[in-house]
Amino acid sequence: MAQTATPAPSPVPDVVPAPPARRRTTPSVAAPGPRAARVLSNVVLVVVGLCFLLPLGWIVLASLDASATLAVRLPERFTLENFTAVMTPEQTWVPLANAFLLSAGTGVITVLASVLAAYPLSRYRMRFNKPFLYAVLFGTCLPITAMMVPVYSLFVRLNLLDSLAGTTFFMAATSLPMAIWMTKNFMDSVPISLEEAAWTDGASAMTTLRTIVLPLMRPGIAVVFIFVFIQAWGNFFVPFVLLLTPEKQPAAVSIFAFFGQYGSVAYGQLAAYSMLYALPAVGLYVLVSRLSGGSFALAGAVKG
Amino acid sequence: MTATLAPAPVGGPGAGPSPVRRAHARRTAGRLVPMLPAVALLALFMLGPVVWSFYGSFTNAALTGPNALAPEWVGLDNYVALLGDPDFPKALWLTVLFVIASAVIGQNVAGLGLAMLMRSALKPVRAVVSTLVVTAWVLPEIVAAFAAYAFFHADGTLNSLLAGVGIAGPDWLFEHPMLAVILANVWRGTAFSMMVYSAAIAEVPPEITEAATVDGANAAQRLVWVTLPTIRRSISTNLMLTTLQTLSVFTLIYVMTGGGPGTDSSTLPILAYQEAFKFAQVGYGTAIATVMLVIGAVFSVVYIRSLKPEVD
Repeated sequence: MAQTATPAPSPVPDVVPAPPARRRTTPSVAAPGPRAARVLSNVVLVVVGLCFLLPLGWIVLASLDASATLAVRLPERFTLENFTAVMTPEQTWVPLANAFLLSAGTGVITVLASVLAAYPLSRYRMRFNKPFLYAVLFGTCLPITAMMVPVYSLFVRLNLLDSLAGTTFFMAATSLPMAIWMTKNFMDSVPISLEEAAWTDGASAMTTLRTIVLPLMRPGIAVVFIFVFIQAWGNFFVPFVLLLTPEKQPAAVSIFAFFGQYGSVAYGQLAAYSMLYALPAVGLYVLVSRLSGGSFALAGAVKG
Repeated sequence: MTATLAPAPVGGPGAGPSPVRRAHARRTAGRLVPMLPAVALLALFMLGPVVWSFYGSFTNAALTGPNALAPEWVGLDNYVALLGDPDFPKALWLTVLFVIASAVIGQNVAGLGLAMLMRSALKPVRAVVSTLVVTAWVLPEIVAAFAAYAFFHADGTLNSLLAGVGIAGPDWLFEHPMLAVILANVWRGTAFSMMVYSAAIAEVPPEITEAATVDGANAAQRLVWVTLPTIRRSISTNLMLTTLQTLSVFTLIYVMTGGGPGTDSSTLPILAYQEAFKFAQVGYGTAIATVMLVIGAVFSVVYIRSLKPEVD
């Protein structure tokens, strides 16, 4: 966040020693003075913050409440029973392990494929580049939700339904457009001169990619991997449609099943399960925003 | 892979065109080899379903029974049924309402407003509020949906707050399902717009704003005549991206209302899912999916053509 923002809004009254008459009239004729405006914007922000806090607060407080309801409130008795109740292998650990397999697999496949694809796009000027990148951008925009019904029938035909591997490859394919775009941008910032030296020494493109380019763009690779991982971790609809056996389903789907079965009675456990499932995503987001220097990096990457 | 590539990099990029056309073509082909895994994945799992969607929408494919294994070609029957089905125009209208109210207006205005307010806010206020806003966005979709469900439920937080001031709140999820899901989507998605606009506003040269202030422009005039025109590119990018994201929102609505009561909050993604999997009409659901893909594709093409994001 730009800390430089603070002095910017009111440079006239503070910095410029303007005559007192001008100082008093100019702002007050048009709008409330800068100080009043500042107080007002802080108050508005606090109110907005409360609106955002209330739904989030329910998850945290209900997970610690022995007799949780749907309304947010301080627990009469704090307890960790909700957590111990859901922390069983079949309830939480297996679905979380499935989610990890699915997300890590998706991340690895996506990063490998997008690094390989980004290299020629970044290093060679080819007539093919422009149409391909536009096609990739187009793919980034396509609503994946709209595709799920045809994907289901395609998976029936390919005999991939209820297959973790098939689902992983599908999720990798859907995250590829964005990943190729990001990886190419990261790769473009690695100077080409180092590789040219290696090329004249007879190294192949794949060798220079592995020994020179990849080590230099390690943070970029990590950002892409985590970005894809978080998306896959949070994805509900795709595994919901493509994975049928409960033993194979990731946490997103099994938590929905839990909601359907016990959601109307065990709110505390639902909230506790939600916390366990959400924490890795939140933690990884904090990590990725550190890696890419600020929380706006993801939005910037999305902007292209 | 390395074998085919070996002759490729000798000249390196920027080297003059090879005298022999054939060799040039072969070199280009060799350079494209590393792209094969990505192209294969995209062709199979992105292009494949799109093509399949168009094909499947002309069949009477079903979830079970004989039509599941050997769907018959039914021509335009699904599309004719679509036009005759009162649920379809309703879902289309609800989708438009959802996108315009929650993305185009809600997320964009709230995001821009927050980004502006953050600039004159105290540091701790800014840090805490932006963390809260971003947390709603970072949470897995289904957890956010649970939180919104608990908030708008008849016995939920909103009604207990209203009861605190003596108002008996309605059952939001049943009486005003669209309002509830629209507000929930604003809550969940505003962070993205806020981040895009914060980054954009930070790049507005302060001299311009200062000059306008000296000329006597008030805050509202500065916003309309200085800030907004300067960040218009970010605005249109953000409008398109939030529109496309919101167009495909499924989980939030599915968890909160299930598309109900009846079909009162069934947007197109929910309707396609219900027709295909609840009523087992896969062909019909595919036709709805195809309509959605076409809408999404039109938006994407408009976005790419009008904004021309720099390729290269």
